[in-house]
Amino acid sequence: MSIPADVVRLPTPSPPRFAAIRALRLGDVPLVPLVILGIIALVAVFANQLAPHNPEIGSLTARFKPPFWVTGGSTEYLFGTDQLGRDVLSRLIFGARVSMVVGFTAVFFAGIVGTALGIISGYLGGWVDQVIMRVTDTWLALPALMFAIFLASIVGPSMWNIVIILGLVYWTRYARVIRGEVLSLKEREFVRLAIVAGCSKLTIMRRHILPNVINSAVVLGTLMLGVVIITEATLSFLGVGVPPPEPAWGLMLSDGKQGLMVGYWWLTVFPGGCIVLMVLSANLLGDWLRVKFDPQLRQL
Amino acid sequence: MGQYIARRTGYCLLSLFLLSLTIFFFVRVTGDPATLLVEPGASDADIAAIHHQFGLDQPLWTQYGLFMWSLAHGDLGQSFYYQTPVMELYLQRLPNSLLLAFVAMALSLLIGIPSGILASVQVGGFWDGFGKLFSLLGLSLPSFLVGLLLILVFSVYLGWLPSSGAGGPLNLIMPAFALGWYFAASHMRLTRSSMLDVLGSEYIKLARLKGLPQSLVIAKHAFKNALIPVLTLAGINLVIMVNVAVVVEVVFAWPGIGRLLYEGITFRDFPIVQGVVILGGAMIVIVNLFVDILYAVIDPRIRLES
Amino acid sequence: MTAAPLLELDNLSTHYVSAQGTRVVRAVDEVSLRLNAGETLGIVGESGSGKSTLALTILRVLPPAARIVGGRMLFDGEDLVTKSDAEMQHIRGKRIAMILQDPMASLNPLFTIGDQVAEPIRVHEGARRATAWSRARDLLKAVRIPSPETRLTQYPHEMSGGMRQRIVGAIGISCEPRLLIADEPTTSLDLTIQAQYLRLLHDLQQAHGLALIFITHNLGIVAKMCDQLAVMYAGRMVESGPVSRIFNAPAHPYTRALLNSIPRMGDPDQRLVAIDGQPPDLSALPPGCSFAPRCPQVMPRCRNAAPPPFAPEEGRVARCWLAEPAAVGGDFRVASGVA
Repeated sequence: MSIPADVVRLPTPSPPRFAAIRALRLGDVPLVPLVILGIIALVAVFANQLAPHNPEIGSLTARFKPPFWVTGGSTEYLFGTDQLGRDVLSRLIFGARVSMVVGFTAVFFAGIVGTALGIISGYLGGWVDQVIMRVTDTWLALPALMFAIFLASIVGPSMWNIVIILGLVYWTRYARVIRGEVLSLKEREFVRLAIVAGCSKLTIMRRHILPNVINSAVVLGTLMLGVVIITEATLSFLGVGVPPPEPAWGLMLSDGKQGLMVGYWWLTVFPGGCIVLMVLSANLLGDWLRVKFDPQLRQL
Repeated sequence: MGQYIARRTGYCLLSLFLLSLTIFFFVRVTGDPATLLVEPGASDADIAAIHHQFGLDQPLWTQYGLFMWSLAHGDLGQSFYYQTPVMELYLQRLPNSLLLAFVAMALSLLIGIPSGILASVQVGGFWDGFGKLFSLLGLSLPSFLVGLLLILVFSVYLGWLPSSGAGGPLNLIMPAFALGWYFAASHMRLTRSSMLDVLGSEYIKLARLKGLPQSLVIAKHAFKNALIPVLTLAGINLVIMVNVAVVVEVVFAWPGIGRLLYEGITFRDFPIVQGVVILGGAMIVIVNLFVDILYAVIDPRIRLES
Repeated sequence: MTAAPLLELDNLSTHYVSAQGTRVVRAVDEVSLRLNAGETLGIVGESGSGKSTLALTILRVLPPAARIVGGRMLFDGEDLVTKSDAEMQHIRGKRIAMILQDPMASLNPLFTIGDQVAEPIRVHEGARRATAWSRARDLLKAVRIPSPETRLTQYPHEMSGGMRQRIVGAIGISCEPRLLIADEPTTSLDLTIQAQYLRLLHDLQQAHGLALIFITHNLGIVAKMCDQLAVMYAGRMVESGPVSRIFNAPAHPYTRALLNSIPRMGDPDQRLVAIDGQPPDLSALPPGCSFAPRCPQVMPRCRNAAPPPFAPEEGRVARCWLAEPAAVGGDFRVASGVA
């Protein structure tokens, strides 16, 4: 008779599951996502040097060329060209710049506003808290995408407008979480000591509360990065995001839609693949940070 | 229970009020709303006429009052492009979006809940790994990209499914999947963690100590308890689905309210945009209220809350 | 001629193994004990001494990280260690039942009392719903819950703590088990209710001929309820035997310290006696006797070699070098009794 699962004669250590995946990690750090994000960042910074062609100007004689390994393609346009004869690879490279800039700035902006308001709301309490929380709840009720589309249609398209809009839409996520943390921090000894010592509210919030919530804010930021990039891509796809001539990946997908039905797959797969790589890496990194640094956020 | 409902309804009304205030605020604060309310390329005289017609030369409070008054009467203005009241257009398209959302939600629950349960029962096993991969992709792939890729594979290469329109059930499959994957991932994650929480609880331990077979422990004791948070989320998600289906409807040319919104954007038809957003937000707030009430029905602990 | 014991644990060991297999916690370490039918055994120890793990081991309801690594558990002559999970299911709740500490947490909040009390009857005896419910009503009556009919359709959160614990007791005896294990059943009850509950358990035991294992950290309860006593420390059984003998003349310094630390009424100058030191880290036990760092009578050999179980008297076991037969007559005094 086989031995039941909770009974063994000798304690044996279990072999690590998915050893191959473990091997990809240096110690505990998820190597692959970091490397991917690093590569995207480098590409964004050195776009001018790396891109083989001008991403905004195309050659009308070279429209809809497939990638070089497909018959009809050439090594001059490695990943093919789009409907205006623009080189897909170059557009992808400059698109990385858009994604990086919009993504990080928006997350940063949302983070600053959200964390500040979360601290103020959580620490001061009273009617300030009520007001901020009611606004937060209302803005959270509206789906981010809808809200972003609404705002974008009012102010008109531009890259910085999008950054501000995304910041406005997403700060509420931070505010909620940070406020929760501040509420429990408020009861801790060192805060009470500071109050008794006569520190002003501003000082306490700045010197005692803030350093303790920065951790969660950063973790939340990495988790939000993926969300923000997807929203930006969606907005660009719909035509209310980063406007041409910037080659936002979402915009490339929108352009590529025309060619889809005729089988010009590279106009969809490559920009899509870039988005997926970036978001996936951000999500994996965010998950790892969350588990590592802040068990309280595990509920997110 | 009555007090609970009254309190929740109060919050609902407050949120609706704040929602309208937010919309109103943003339209006014970002520039002259008249430019949004006229057709593109209007003359100065036209703009002045709009100012008068819409009462934009009145004080802000009066404007807000007028705004709320029309909202209360379901008057969301008239679409330039269609020359029809926005409300009428909205109600015309809403059933299509609801259909798409229901199917997508059904898909997401059918995939999400069982796999979440399986993943929780065998932590570290095959289903857990599959579940993690599935949910990771679901949360990382934008829905419109999923839609585009599905079209590429199933319409262009395989020719099995139609790529647009709202003809028959075949038209529903791809958009429902594209819309539903993200939510399936979210439901799976929640089911898994909820099950794990429940499986670690004392009453599950006692159930096993009673000598109940494992299948009964999971199917009866764990399941119902674990399901509460998932169903609550699903209810809220349904309404969110209706509203974020914009991109999927655009990709598949599905004639719902999302598509209507897109038309509003493309044709610079502001009344449509404002109308869809307001109604979307209101829908979510009201459904949240219903979900809260439903929650009280399922969980007997809430029923006696005074 | 003594009958075979109802339950006999023979060098039972349960270890917790961490995911990577690096940390091993010896939660239950070579524990042996015997229990006869109808007897009451008290298992006493600090938190972390392994007493709850021992109970879970007997019923094979261990968490995934735990493994039974050695020994036998004979219940009515059958070794429970080798049984499959399906076979154990027929034993749990039916032949051996268990009561947990926190009655609010033990009852499923979404199901009625009647449902939960009738459930084991339906599962183990295949009874129909009506039969099981009327049995449930009788059980509620047996545990002295007033107006049982109305209670059957109520939910756990509608009851008081004392009532909930009685209901858990009713569930325990529902299929007439031969052994009932109670894991700190009165710890979460009000003091005034505790006595009532203990009386109830005692009466139930008499009425049904149950053997009872009482896991507690409260020696007062042991004095009142138990025939036999087993003292656990750091996963090991350091002393066992009849309650009255141990209370009169404890063989192990730890037992002695526990008895000394009970405050006594009527002595105004008495100071509270605590045991020096901290409970040990079970994943990094020192070599030799695990109580050595805190023992007031420690000897050099205690730190080098862990004492095996000795029998200072018939029917008693103590893991202490002081109880070694050659040491009898030294520090350890045998009160009047069997030599």
